[in-house]
Amino acid sequence: MNFERIKEKLSILADAAKYDVSCSSSGSKRTNTNKGLGDSSGMGICHSYTEDGRCVSLLKILLTNHCIFDCAYCVSRKNNDIKRAAFKIQEVVDLTINFYRRNYIEGLFLSSGIFHNPDYTMERLVSIAKKLRLEENFNGYIHLKSIPGCSDELMREAGLYADRLSINIEIPTVSGLKLLAPEKDHKDFIKPMEKVKNEIIQYKAEKKIIKNTPVYAPAGQSTQMIVGATGESDKDIMYSAVHYYSTYNMKRVYYSGYVPVLEDNRLPALGTEVPMLRENRLYQTDWLLRFYGFDVRELLNHNHPNLDIDIDPKLSWALRNMHMFPVDVNTADKQLLARIPGLGMKSVHKIINARKYRRLNWENLKAIGIAMSRAKYFMVCNSSNFESRDLEPERIKSMILQSSQSKYQKFYNQQLSLFN
Amino acid sequence: MKKQTLIYDGSFEGLLTAIFQVYEERLNDVFIVDEVHYEPDFFSEPVTVYTDDGKANRVWDKLKDYKNLSKLIYWSFLSEFDERERYILEALHYVLKTQNENDYGHPAVLMLSQLTKKVGREKHRMEAFVRFKRTREDLYVSIISPDFNVLPLIAKHFKNRYADQQFVIYDTKRGYGLFYNLDSIAFIELDFNSKEDLEKAMHEEETNYNLLWQNYFSSTNIKSRVNMRLHKQHVPKRYWKYLNEKNPL
Repeated sequence: MNFERIKEKLSILADAAKYDVSCSSSGSKRTNTNKGLGDSSGMGICHSYTEDGRCVSLLKILLTNHCIFDCAYCVSRKNNDIKRAAFKIQEVVDLTINFYRRNYIEGLFLSSGIFHNPDYTMERLVSIAKKLRLEENFNGYIHLKSIPGCSDELMREAGLYADRLSINIEIPTVSGLKLLAPEKDHKDFIKPMEKVKNEIIQYKAEKKIIKNTPVYAPAGQSTQMIVGATGESDKDIMYSAVHYYSTYNMKRVYYSGYVPVLEDNRLPALGTEVPMLRENRLYQTDWLLRFYGFDVRELLNHNHPNLDIDIDPKLSWALRNMHMFPVDVNTADKQLLARIPGLGMKSVHKIINARKYRRLNWENLKAIGIAMSRAKYFMVCNSSNFESRDLEPERIKSMILQSSQSKYQKFYNQQLSLFN
Repeated sequence: MKKQTLIYDGSFEGLLTAIFQVYEERLNDVFIVDEVHYEPDFFSEPVTVYTDDGKANRVWDKLKDYKNLSKLIYWSFLSEFDERERYILEALHYVLKTQNENDYGHPAVLMLSQLTKKVGREKHRMEAFVRFKRTREDLYVSIISPDFNVLPLIAKHFKNRYADQQFVIYDTKRGYGLFYNLDSIAFIELDFNSKEDLEKAMHEEETNYNLLWQNYFSSTNIKSRVNMRLHKQHVPKRYWKYLNEKNPL
């Protein structure tokens, strides 16, 4: 093995793959069989963290960054003048196995630029996964990218070896896609998603009847959207996210703040700040939808098309719906507790557990570790001194903001000063 | 009756034997301490506990009825926290009396659950941050010194994962390690001379993979999003010694 050459390829192809956000390695049920290598039945593990604070769980690389497409937002676009490289199939296999054996990674995340045509590319991705599974007896996590426009037959095979399949929609609106990736057809993205969804349903049904039916993409499928490249609103983004969750049974939708990598008049200029805070607010909204029982229309609607930057979406919702509060933590049901700003689902469960044994007061809540800075304005407990002033939402907001510190403060303080 | 101090040998079986003794002799005013931490005082009478697997098993069997509590007790024990025995005994009394094993409102139960959480965090970190080096004999070796005694907890994870590779994970702080021989896990003690011996035994490809990983680690970073505070929050500095990507050659 020529390590110098591999090193060069690895730096090019890891660099090009890093804008894919997904690094999850959980949710699969693949156990180690026949004394093989690896196990991905447990929770995901982050083996390291990059200096930007993201988890490193998988070896995330492109097979090649040669590409026949010219999508404006992508570093690997055809007309971008960058170094190109391509791995051989065996090289990817060796890297994965050797990194895995040293406990560097949970598995492989393999994506690719599109060379020759979609099927040609997909075939190579599938053959790497197949080789890892069948020849190396590898049971670690494999995340494969579906190549837009590839055939159903290849998608079916991919799911037999991969734990997760994903295809990045990238641009949340069809019009945005037309603008930035004119050669790509929205339908080419949808077709593989549809196929994977149907296969998962079918394999699950068969498994109920025939026990040794192989698993198909046990960790489901996911997608990703770029945020802040085409001037879409938070409402546009979250409504399409909800569409993908419900229509294609997505496990995850990822939001990726656009990092300006290219000069293009259709895109934000180079050097524009990455919208990290906005990205964070979108993830918070995503969590509220998936775990807290919120409906997207409560958080984002015609009157409120964008999320607040200075406060989190749950607090923002609560301030618009003061008639729901205060909530009595000793009697309220789970759904209502989950709507109190500042309480996470873990705190909700702690409260439900603890109140079985005694009626809770502020001291009890503090002892079990409930964060009170935001929550105290929205709840009452078995204690007479609760927030009794009839406060206006604006007043609560400013009290919470004054008592909190955020490294992002500079962003929203600037925005406020525009109006002062 | 004078207060008694039960001194056990520091093993988990020893602790369980001591607990057995507390219940068998109906000791009310009692304190359990391991022999390393024992300091004689005038107010209590020292009693040495002789570890008895039979007694220990009887206590452990009883504890199996309390799934949550038994985990809290074992994991808190591994925390090596000075006063763990006191909280373990208090929590045990409380739970046996009230059956409320999930009542985190009780100070001792809360304490055990906090210790368990700390140990759990360290366990997970070791599963993540252990880095193996391959020797010429195809043995994969990792040297660690975790904050808590987590080797017994991580053994199963590594055995399931590396079923086809021989490995050693050695805790230099506590002077023992795990050895997997392709069949089962054994606890071993080694004469650990120096890290240099290990370096000499390395496989010829080891340095190259090490470099490739470091190279990957820096390539996958997005410079315009650097956030060192978050980085250090996820990988506190005391763990950097394990991570080859944080120690470039």
